[in-house]
Amino acid sequence: MSDLRNPLQRARGLGSAKSGANHWWMQRMTAVALVVLGIWFVITLLSLMHADFATAHATLAKPWNAVLMIAFTTSMFWHAQLGLQVVIEDYVHTRWLEVSLMVLVKLLAVLFALACALAVLRVALGA
Amino acid sequence: MAEFTLPKNSKIQPGKHHAAEGAKKPRTFKIYRWSPDDGQNPRMDTFEIDLSSCGPMVLDALLKIKNEVDSTLTLRRSCREGICGSCAMNIDGTNTLACTKSIDDCKGGEISIYPLPHMPVVKDLVPDLTHFYAQFASIKPWLRTQSPAPSDAERLQSPEDRKKLDGLYECILCACCSTSCPSYWWNGDKYLGPAILLQAYRWIADSRDEDTGERLDDLEDPFKLYRCHTIMNCARTCPKGLNPAKAIAEIKKLIVERRSA
Repeated sequence: MSDLRNPLQRARGLGSAKSGANHWWMQRMTAVALVVLGIWFVITLLSLMHADFATAHATLAKPWNAVLMIAFTTSMFWHAQLGLQVVIEDYVHTRWLEVSLMVLVKLLAVLFALACALAVLRVALGA
Repeated sequence: MAEFTLPKNSKIQPGKHHAAEGAKKPRTFKIYRWSPDDGQNPRMDTFEIDLSSCGPMVLDALLKIKNEVDSTLTLRRSCREGICGSCAMNIDGTNTLACTKSIDDCKGGEISIYPLPHMPVVKDLVPDLTHFYAQFASIKPWLRTQSPAPSDAERLQSPEDRKKLDGLYECILCACCSTSCPSYWWNGDKYLGPAILLQAYRWIADSRDEDTGERLDDLEDPFKLYRCHTIMNCARTCPKGLNPAKAIAEIKKLIVERRSA
């Protein structure tokens, strides 16, 4: 409190980033998508309870199931990244660590989403 | 990282005990004490008060202590009827106004009283609200218009539009809500907090204000606005029964409304 700055200067800071609405909206959109896709995922899993590998493989290879599966894994990692970003912004106050963690989480989320998509595509396209 | 434990010089020690001899209706108050002048850690002093010779509210007990037991007890108070917001403090585990909190409504035997949480302490129960007030000033909390004022009349407002300010205009800026909010604890330097956001919405919701877009521009920020995670401590603790969380949700809704989905 001894740096002679006016308290209003501190409160106004760097001003508004004029963003954040997209993050908030996408968090809700991916959440809604996950509810719908999650129900589909659980139903599909239950239907495969006592099935052998070949049946499970054939089920996932069906175009609709493959598309929904990729949608499910993608929105899952998207939503996870958005959520982890909030946690990091909330609690990590060392700027370099905050930025590094945020970039790392984003990279990993993209990487995992791509890996899941590739796995499903290999099953669906029979590689 | 956010700090979850108190620094060494803020760890609270046991303090003095003031017994009430021959009290007909004794009640114990444990009160946070800290002075900037003596270099000591904060302590919890215990005061036994005879309620048979004390007013019904917690503020009455605090003033009785200051008048009769320990005159160095420091607190803010002014109106003693819940309209000035000066005596906001943490009583019996909840932020509220000492003047409207009945002693009988406090659960358990001992009533613990702390200053508002996670604010710098000036002395005893007096928190430093400089930044809180500066944040209030930063939202420019006054009617902002483009059109010139009517020369011979007020700016008019229909009764329906006036109704939209109910639940907002009553806020007395006591800071109970903001200092009960974990998001404000961890990021209060940038997050405006429930009180200031409710005040911001009070002007956004005002039919006479013509700066709504700029107000939303200024609030659309990951830290100023979107640190609210609807924890709802604000609505639970508000001594005036207001709902800042709802006002914040309305701001978020308006920001979504003006963009494409």
